[in-house]
Amino acid sequence: MSSELLHFLQLVVTGLVIGSVYALVALGFVLIYKATSVINFAQGEFVLVGAYICLDVIVRFQIPFVWAFCLTLGFSVLLGLLVERLMLRPLIGEPIITVIMVTIGLATVLKSIVTLFWGTQIRVFPQIFPQEPLEFHGIVVSEVYLWTFGFALLFMAVFALFFKYSRAGIAMRATAADQQVAQSMGISVKRIFAISWCIAAVVSGVGGILIGNINGINITLADFGLKVFPAVILGGLDSIIGAIIGGLTVGILENLMGGYLDMYFGGGVKEVAPFFVLVVILMIKPYGLFGTVEIERV
Amino acid sequence: MPTGLFHTKYEDDDKIFQTVWLKCWMGAFLLFLFAVFPFLAPHLSGLFGFSVQHMANMIGIFIIGAHGLNLLTGFTGQISLGHGAFMGVGAYTSGILFMKAGWPFWLTLPAAGLVTAAVGMIFGVPSLRLRGLYLAIATMAAQFIIEYVMRNWTSLTGGSAGLIVDRPTIMGFSFDTDFRYYYLILVLVIISTLFLKNLLRTKTGRALVAIRDRYLSAEIMGVNLFKYRLLAFGISSFYVGVAGGLFAHYNLVVSDEHFTMWLSIQYLAMVIIGGLGHVLGGIFGTIFMVLLPEVLRIPTEILSNIYPNIFAIFGTLRELVFGLVIILFLIFEPDGLAARWHTIRAYWKLWPFSY
Repeated sequence: MSSELLHFLQLVVTGLVIGSVYALVALGFVLIYKATSVINFAQGEFVLVGAYICLDVIVRFQIPFVWAFCLTLGFSVLLGLLVERLMLRPLIGEPIITVIMVTIGLATVLKSIVTLFWGTQIRVFPQIFPQEPLEFHGIVVSEVYLWTFGFALLFMAVFALFFKYSRAGIAMRATAADQQVAQSMGISVKRIFAISWCIAAVVSGVGGILIGNINGINITLADFGLKVFPAVILGGLDSIIGAIIGGLTVGILENLMGGYLDMYFGGGVKEVAPFFVLVVILMIKPYGLFGTVEIERV
Repeated sequence: MPTGLFHTKYEDDDKIFQTVWLKCWMGAFLLFLFAVFPFLAPHLSGLFGFSVQHMANMIGIFIIGAHGLNLLTGFTGQISLGHGAFMGVGAYTSGILFMKAGWPFWLTLPAAGLVTAAVGMIFGVPSLRLRGLYLAIATMAAQFIIEYVMRNWTSLTGGSAGLIVDRPTIMGFSFDTDFRYYYLILVLVIISTLFLKNLLRTKTGRALVAIRDRYLSAEIMGVNLFKYRLLAFGISSFYVGVAGGLFAHYNLVVSDEHFTMWLSIQYLAMVIIGGLGHVLGGIFGTIFMVLLPEVLRIPTEILSNIYPNIFAIFGTLRELVFGLVIILFLIFEPDGLAARWHTIRAYWKLWPFSY
């Protein structure tokens, strides 16, 4: 293989892995939007909190990663419940601006709480997955990347099955389709709202742990969460499959653009490229690849 | 004694100052701002422990920006998370034209507004096809893109080191002290407030409010959504651009760190806490948000006796309180300070016979 092609493939593979985590977090985002029509600007902070809780539990109590992982999931569920109950429930029926602003306020609060507890220095997870690089036809991938990719896919598969077959999952889809009808069929819409926030917090927490294992964590991890916006806009705000495809695409795209354009623009292209893509998509195809096109009826 | 306002003509209802009393009070207030406050400020500074003049100037600058965002969010119903960066565009435009191109200040300030208006309108284009929540995302993207450009276009903006800007001179008069700059800001604040207040009485203003309340009905009534939404974006960005220009010449250094997402959030907090859709809201909200950190300093100083290193985390604490204030206001006082002000005034108007 030529070195050009190799470089390209290397970028694609790395991007795919990061993209899988984007997809996971985007899944949570779309879930909240679908069920409750709330745009959650605190998704990135859910990522942050999940990662820090897991790390802290491991370091402080010296327990195995698996247990820390489970504890984090439990905590995320609690966080999701609290947020839904204390902040979002009083705002049902309020204008969209209010709800967006509350999630922004929540993001600020969560971020500063994390800073108060854990400071701003970068912290590294104790090695959980082996870091050894594996080589495959010249493409070098660290083992931790493979684990991350596997985990992300696993979680997405679990949730896909959950939506398809479980009672709660079907109820959630019903609520997303039509709240009134769902309610008249005996589904507790309030409970569905709560479950949506829980799941969103959980998948974000998992995303945070996965990405934390690769890069280490500090407060800028919250910006990672903002990358879900390009992902969900690309895929369509209300499409789960769109979130997954959008996440993967954005991961690959940002890596490619970073890899090829950094030298022309003085670095950091990776951070801004997804947002550039976002604006372009909004101008060309505003409802994304799989989003429902809204038809205004009077 | 009249028990309330009973208009008999539409012209009366449309007036900015609806009673003679209001006119007198406003006159007295302006007199205070022009002739009393700046001379009182140095004495107050010692009392409060911070420079009152400096605070007043900052409040003035941000009031102009908050008016802009209020026009867009409060009156047209379009949320923007990019006004922090738009302010940066204005600041850099004025700074660069002033320092590198040598333009006079009375040209660079309007230029800052116009360039920002153009940039804002570009990012406002998606708003024409999309509803509020998409717009929030589009403007957030604008924030990040503009921030990136400000940071990385080093040859023009000076990058993270920043751009040094001088105090302006108009017709030989140099606004070189806080005291002198205060008058410049004050005049611009008054102009911008009056313009906003007047705009809302015109056809354009009513069209904007109609779009906010129910844009489908507005469109059916013949309001051109494309035109008016873009116009709202343009005027709003113009305001915030002028605020940015004023900020640049006041702060003397412009760098990308001044215009982060955090500033956009603060702007939104200002108009929401002040009261969306009230001209007074932008003013109240700005005063509240600018003074909040100073007010927070007092309990912090008391607490520092117990926790000596509390100042190290002061910035974080401030953010925490900001976030909490935003959330609590939205849940418990969604109409903001301006609405509270109207309630209080209505209560005292006929006191003690308020029924």
